[in-house]
Amino acid sequence: MAVVQQTARPEGRSSSSFWTIARRDSLAGFLFIAPQLIGITLFVLIPLCLVFWYSLHEWNVLANTFTYTGLANYQMLLEDTSLPSVLGATAIFSAGLVIFNLSLALLLAVLLNQKLAGITVFRTLFFSPVVVSLVAWTIVWGFLLQKNGGINGVLLVFGIEGPNWLREPVTAMISVIVVQVFKNVGLNMILFLAALQGVPNELYEAARIDGAPRFKQFRRITLPLISPTILLTSIITIVGSLQVFAQIAVLTQGGPGLTTTVLVYYLYQQAFQFHFFGYGSTLSIMLFVIVAVLTFAQWQMRKRIVFYES
Amino acid sequence: MNYHRTLKSAVAALAVAVPLCWSGIANAQDAVNLRMTIWSANEAHLKLFNEIAAGFKKDHPNVTVTYESLPFETYTTALTTQIAGGNAPDMAWIFETAAYDFVNSGALFPLTDTLKATKAYNAEELSATAAERWTKDGKLYAYPFSTSPFAMFVNNDLIKASGAKTPAEMIAANQWTWDNAIATASTVGKTGKGGLIVRDFNYQIWQNLASVWNGWGASPWSADGKTCTMTEKPMVDALTFIHDAVFKNKAMPGPGESVDFFAGNAAMTITQISRASLLPKDKPFAWDLVPLPKGPAGNYALIGQAGVGVMQSGKNAKTAAEFVAYMTNPENSAKLSQFFPSARKSLLNAEVLKKTNPLLSQEQIDKVVISGIATGKVIPGHTGFAQIQQVVRSGLDAVWRPDANIPAALQQICGQIGPLLKR
Repeated sequence: MAVVQQTARPEGRSSSSFWTIARRDSLAGFLFIAPQLIGITLFVLIPLCLVFWYSLHEWNVLANTFTYTGLANYQMLLEDTSLPSVLGATAIFSAGLVIFNLSLALLLAVLLNQKLAGITVFRTLFFSPVVVSLVAWTIVWGFLLQKNGGINGVLLVFGIEGPNWLREPVTAMISVIVVQVFKNVGLNMILFLAALQGVPNELYEAARIDGAPRFKQFRRITLPLISPTILLTSIITIVGSLQVFAQIAVLTQGGPGLTTTVLVYYLYQQAFQFHFFGYGSTLSIMLFVIVAVLTFAQWQMRKRIVFYES
Repeated sequence: MNYHRTLKSAVAALAVAVPLCWSGIANAQDAVNLRMTIWSANEAHLKLFNEIAAGFKKDHPNVTVTYESLPFETYTTALTTQIAGGNAPDMAWIFETAAYDFVNSGALFPLTDTLKATKAYNAEELSATAAERWTKDGKLYAYPFSTSPFAMFVNNDLIKASGAKTPAEMIAANQWTWDNAIATASTVGKTGKGGLIVRDFNYQIWQNLASVWNGWGASPWSADGKTCTMTEKPMVDALTFIHDAVFKNKAMPGPGESVDFFAGNAAMTITQISRASLLPKDKPFAWDLVPLPKGPAGNYALIGQAGVGVMQSGKNAKTAAEFVAYMTNPENSAKLSQFFPSARKSLLNAEVLKKTNPLLSQEQIDKVVISGIATGKVIPGHTGFAQIQQVVRSGLDAVWRPDANIPAALQQICGQIGPLLKR
């Protein structure tokens, strides 16, 4: 009985005192994540709910009217004749960007993963566009890509008459992709470089002893071991590609025609230029769903394509 | 003892401070702060606006007016974003292209009664043509404080060096037509310099091409704004003429080519007369300002307008309307007309305009400014213009190709904007 009382006392004390060790630890944990949590709630979750609410309304800013229209904006989404072109341009841009960006980043990382004198200079050189202001970078490229701009000037020296880069449908899309790739390839390159340096050297030595050629070593050892990084960079790049705006706004304004009007730029036009805030919000919801589905699909695929991941 | 002294001091301090605070609160309650969004950040403009605000403060000591400069290119977008965010300005400048949207939506406070009640305002001297776009059901919703004609600036040095005739020579010989203007531009273009530039067009702001196609009697839509008229012969002919000037005669810079007239790199440019301030002072060239050339439909003129309106949603809309009345009264209109030509009849004479536009000669003022404002059509505009502008811009991209099928491209544009015009 005395034993029971002795064990019951501490329990009795702890239940009378609210701040148990576990609760104190939880509070400390919540306080540590509070800044991030408050930020996400204020700037992500609440706006997300509001955007969904706006998407069910017709909001005329000038007339100051806010009318509930149910799913009318979603109906408009299905009837919008420009939307297929916009989604097509978005898909081409994202696919082009991801393929070109990841291939180039991997190539640069492999080339720069050498123990040579002065190699850090090249690494810095390729990384430097990442820290340059996006708009400044794009404006400079805008000058270079003009018909009588720097790139065609250089081509003319070799007797080649360059195309009107930003005014032809195909070259305009290629131009915006290349400008975006050169801006951000350094970031993926650094991530790949770190992954490459994490691959144990003994595996290559063993492969060499077994007589595996270099390409086979790359395919059988390097690629599987850096596959978690490939997954990470592809998710970041795809999500980033769906959010591209400044390059389109500065370089092509969505033209020629609608060939470079990607979803975010179209959404901006509908909401902020044409004042259809309700329909713009509906497009935002669609973009959110696309990003969520793509990210989820990639995350699910990790089991099949990512090697050595627990 | 110390305690009592401290208590007495505190009570005395409170006795002084409370009435002071109370009067401060009372003053703060009376104080009216008005904000006007504008698209100019020019120091000389702001200096004049601040002088006008200071003048208003003399009679309204509790009213303070501030100006907020927003970027020109994204002005309307920034303004509507402010309105959507519940931070609408009290007063705003409005582009002529966006006028229908603002006037018809009910966003603006009607000004007519305030203007009529203002002493010596002379509202009737503002021509009905100038006020048309800013009026609904007989009430003026924004005052068109700037009515600026488009004209042709000429670089005579470049034209003479190329051996072509100058516009002044052609005007004297009654040969100032679009065909001859393009011939001169083409001759200069062959020397490696730019020919003729429609300033700010850049294959985006297509409405500025009205400065050319009005010479053919063309218009993008009918007078009532309900029907697309881009497929009609005048528009097809005018755009074919412009297309040939760009791709065949090399008389106008092509898409993606940038040439600056005011840097001395082109023969001619069409722009508003207020751009005379861009003429170079360091490396001046012999320049001229002439009316737009005669088109197949005869002589014509085009004007751009800017209006100033009071936002209906503002807490101090009535005071803001009084400020707009003060800002645009005959005396201040005369001051403003050095930068923004006024549509008031009393200010449309050579004597006043010569004083406010010292760079222009008497002849230029007569032929370009006075005649332009009196006879000019306003640049195209429509309700929902931003969307229509974008759809037409996108459709015209098919025209700006060497192998363009112009009638087919215009047919497609009409198909797309038809439903938007009827809305």
